[in-house]
Amino acid sequence: MTIFGYKLPGMSSLILWALIWEIVGQTGWTFFIPPLSEVIGTLIDVIGTPAFLKAIYETAYAFLAGVFFAVVIGIPVGILIGKSRLLDELILPWVNIFLSAPLTALVPVLMVLFGFGMKSIIITTTLFAIWIIILNSRAGVKQINRSLVDMARSFGASPLDAFFKIYFWAALPEILGGVRIGVIRAVKGVIIGQLLISIVGFGALFELYSNNFMMSHFWAVLIVLFALAFSLSEFLAYLERRVSYYASSR
Amino acid sequence: MDTAVSVLNVTKNYGDVEALRDLSLDFPRGQLTSLLGPSGCGKTTLLKIIAGLLEPTAGNIEIDGKQITGPGEDRAFVFQDFALLPWANVLRNVSFGLELRGVAKSEREAIAEKYINNVGLTGFEKSYPHELSGGMRQRVGLARALSVDSKVLLLDEPFSAVDEQNRRKFQEDMLELVRNENKTFIFVTHSIEEAVYVSDQIAILLPRPSRVSEIIRPKGFRSAGVENIRRSKEYLDIVDQIWASLRNYVE
Repeated sequence: MTIFGYKLPGMSSLILWALIWEIVGQTGWTFFIPPLSEVIGTLIDVIGTPAFLKAIYETAYAFLAGVFFAVVIGIPVGILIGKSRLLDELILPWVNIFLSAPLTALVPVLMVLFGFGMKSIIITTTLFAIWIIILNSRAGVKQINRSLVDMARSFGASPLDAFFKIYFWAALPEILGGVRIGVIRAVKGVIIGQLLISIVGFGALFELYSNNFMMSHFWAVLIVLFALAFSLSEFLAYLERRVSYYASSR
Repeated sequence: MDTAVSVLNVTKNYGDVEALRDLSLDFPRGQLTSLLGPSGCGKTTLLKIIAGLLEPTAGNIEIDGKQITGPGEDRAFVFQDFALLPWANVLRNVSFGLELRGVAKSEREAIAEKYINNVGLTGFEKSYPHELSGGMRQRVGLARALSVDSKVLLLDEPFSAVDEQNRRKFQEDMLELVRNENKTFIFVTHSIEEAVYVSDQIAILLPRPSRVSEIIRPKGFRSAGVENIRRSKEYLDIVDQIWASLRNYVE
């Protein structure tokens, strides 16, 4: 964007919002919003402490494990139901139901089934992420150009060759899109898991800070979480852009 | 006449719809045979059955007297929509057939390089399909089919998605390819002029039920040189004759 002939760098609007935050904080209008400078000060104090590092570790572990299962199960399932009419008929309705279902309501059931530990948190994270990954991988396979498949067969491709050299690459733009949205949903999943199932990780910090009205701590943790989720999503969006040159010409 | 490919009593049904009925046809070795007919006459279906991509309901295909059971190294296919890998550059696309056949990377790239040069795409090895024009993309498709060095080349309306001027150039190049490559070409087209221009033998297919209605073998005008083909009386007569038999089938 350009203002008065100056070209503004990307995300300049964040500076404006940060400024407004600081001003509102300084006026002491509400305890809920401390000045941004105070939040950042707290962030710097807190970020190296063992409690914070432990929280990051617990959250990252559950998050990465949850996303891992969602990707490793979701992509092949999506590709399979995209290729097989029968599996599609069997599985697709469930995918659509779970995609739109309020999964938070299922968390108590998961606790009964899998206990109050890390296992339930990871499963919650996976459940938040997996459906959109399945759906997008399926969509990616569905739009494959028939003649690419014929081409591979006519030159003698084995089913494995066809899977890794044609199907996967042809569906990759949609798969990456699905993984990106899945990862964003997984952030919600892991925090909800850590708030509802067992109070650990970032969920525990949120609980602790908000119950004790430690608002600058609360915001500091939120900023870290937001930054992590944002970087991950931007990284995946970057990968998506890397393959977008062929997305429109398959 | 030395026959490279034989279609023997092939029938193909899609449910209740009869795409091909008891169709037999011989393709002479080292020559170009066109399958020409109105849309819906089953010419692409027949080509895909010869390629081994579709299975006939009855009858079979023999290549050098041996019955085929599926796609094989003796045949290579050129697709109407080019069927290039959009995520791979020209060099990888041209060598992709060899890659699937397990040829080592350095060897297949050397071969691909040679055919990229033959079709006039030198300098575009690192380009991606979306950066090329339709004509250039089909040159990539052609180079890929040539580089696996199959005895039989199957072309499914290869120039129909290419602009008129490029198409003419392709047609001239086809004549040269047939002369130099010692392969058997099977060429599906819906253009009468194109079929007469490039073919040693033209099989006219008619629909409902699909069958070979006529086989035409142009004789004299090929030797007159590429510039004179379209003016020769025989060329014009054959074009008219084919149109006369096809016009009733055009809605």
